[in-house]
Amino acid sequence: MNTLLNKKKEPIDKLAAASARGHSLGGEALRRMLRSPVAITGGVITILFVLLAIFAPLLAPKDPLTRYLQDKVNMGRGIIPGAMPGYPLGVDDFGRDFLSRLIVGAQQTLLVGVLATLIGVVVGMILGGLAGAFGGWVDTLIMRVVDVMLAFPSLLLAVSIAALFAKPSQWTVILAVSMIGVPIFARLLRGSMLAQRSSDHVLAATSLGVKRRSIVLRHMLPNSLGPVIVQATLTLATSIIEAAALSFLGLGDPDPSRAEWGLMLGNAAHKFLEIRPELAYYPAIAIIVVALGFTLLGESLREALDPKNRR
Amino acid sequence: MALLEVRDLKVVFQRRGEQPFTAVDEISFDVEPGQTVGLVGESGCGKSVTSLAIMRLLAKRGNKVSGSVSFEGTDLLTLPDKEMRDRRGRDLGMVFQDPLSSLNPVIPIGLQITEVLERHRDMPRKKAAIEAVELLDKVGIPDPSRRLSEYPHQLSGGMRQRALIAIALACRPRLLIADEPTTALDVTIQAQILALLRELVQDTGTALIMITHDLGVVAGLCDEVNVLYGGRIVERAQRHQLFAEPRHPYTHGLLASIPRLDAGRGEKLVPIKGSVADNIPWAGGCAFAPRCPNALEVCRESSPQLVPDNGGLLRCHNPVRPAVAAGGGAR
Repeated sequence: MNTLLNKKKEPIDKLAAASARGHSLGGEALRRMLRSPVAITGGVITILFVLLAIFAPLLAPKDPLTRYLQDKVNMGRGIIPGAMPGYPLGVDDFGRDFLSRLIVGAQQTLLVGVLATLIGVVVGMILGGLAGAFGGWVDTLIMRVVDVMLAFPSLLLAVSIAALFAKPSQWTVILAVSMIGVPIFARLLRGSMLAQRSSDHVLAATSLGVKRRSIVLRHMLPNSLGPVIVQATLTLATSIIEAAALSFLGLGDPDPSRAEWGLMLGNAAHKFLEIRPELAYYPAIAIIVVALGFTLLGESLREALDPKNRR
Repeated sequence: MALLEVRDLKVVFQRRGEQPFTAVDEISFDVEPGQTVGLVGESGCGKSVTSLAIMRLLAKRGNKVSGSVSFEGTDLLTLPDKEMRDRRGRDLGMVFQDPLSSLNPVIPIGLQITEVLERHRDMPRKKAAIEAVELLDKVGIPDPSRRLSEYPHQLSGGMRQRALIAIALACRPRLLIADEPTTALDVTIQAQILALLRELVQDTGTALIMITHDLGVVAGLCDEVNVLYGGRIVERAQRHQLFAEPRHPYTHGLLASIPRLDAGRGEKLVPIKGSVADNIPWAGGCAFAPRCPNALEVCRESSPQLVPDNGGLLRCHNPVRPAVAAGGGAR
């Protein structure tokens, strides 16, 4: 190396490096999110909800399945006792503590939401990844199937899939809801993979003779994940709502003893809305708040990851 | 036999329902080991397409590549895809124009170097990391071991281009194609990168194809210069010959349009009139004729051939006479 050149160049590069040094892409996004009130609201709701779900058995004041006040309920005469000491939200038509059921119901909601989203992401990413990586007829075939799936309104698709199973259970709900996400994720990943395929750094990697498998897995896929992650957070919210909707419509787990927000809302709405309307409000509010939390988090994540918003 | 012999390389873009467009039209040139050959011309003259065709990086669909590119006797254009992939990076390296977008933004620099070493030289990860530090050091990146774990966006523009050169040189290719490596950099960094390339060529005997629109780069680096216009070579000369006596009116125009320090105050720049859009097809005449100050009747009627001239090659019916060009722009 030319020594004269070395001397000239070092301070320049060092100076430039010092100003450019700092944060990884993820760290940068996190820092930006912590400054946004929307992100903090969404994050706090989400964290509280997750903690509630995890520690539900400890937090619930009473057993959600025991019919404590069964003898005080008389559905024939339209009597359900309201809130009273020990039962802050009252009891349902079987005399079970509503608050405890609501708390334990968070578990079910989280499980269904997360699993349905996860299955949707994985299946969608496999389809979209294959389409984006191979192109050609593989792409055409996969994307036509995806188009057909997208053509159905999401709830109709979920209802049809749920109705296909002879014996509904929480797993049929998860599967039905996950199928809503599949075409969305497939399309999203394929789109950004295609953009990556014509990008300069993939061309550069190709010019270095990097194997095709590494180009797809190491160069194209990680660069395409951003939108998928954001969409996954948003899909969590819709999954929770869709799952509740299926239960509400009676396509969920038929076991009435199971505490599940959609089912609780459905029961309240169908059976005793006139007697105790507040028993319909509680699960409805819970569903809305949690879905809102995930949506706010997702939206702010999208903003934080968007390079155009980088400051 | 030269290291690389490009013969009658022709690239035609074919789109369904559109007229085929000949981007590169029967270009032939040789590159010897340790030699630097320049491909010069304005945007759209076929420089980059030539380099991508040599590397076989053009999409198969819609592009028809013909002619031959023989590297040490093997025709790269007819090689099976798998063998071509083995050669890319190992025998032929490439440095691109924009160093930021040419580096993978989500992978640390180090991994992008070791990836190539593992691929072509079968090095275990740890050994490759040591080699990567040496490579970064060789291209003049300070504190190389720390840089390994840094991401492209954490490096300055100059360092990114150095890193890109380090990656391209990782497997000691015998031919390096630099496609406008300095265009995205500011002038001081440009000079450093050019000095680095010059040094690498001298030290390792790597052959270099330098693609640029910047005649300053040509003057500083190239042994032989090919001036491209409309997909064809219009003039080839040794560097000093080209600057001292440009023969083609296009070359002359390029040199005349460079701003000069010794020009008088208020003296206007001399541009080449018109734009590439004015070109007429080579088949019926000289593509440059509509913009050419020396154009004659014959220029629009018959296509000039590339003929030996003054030790180089020239494609012109009415070349610039040496006396006119005297002092026409050594920079």
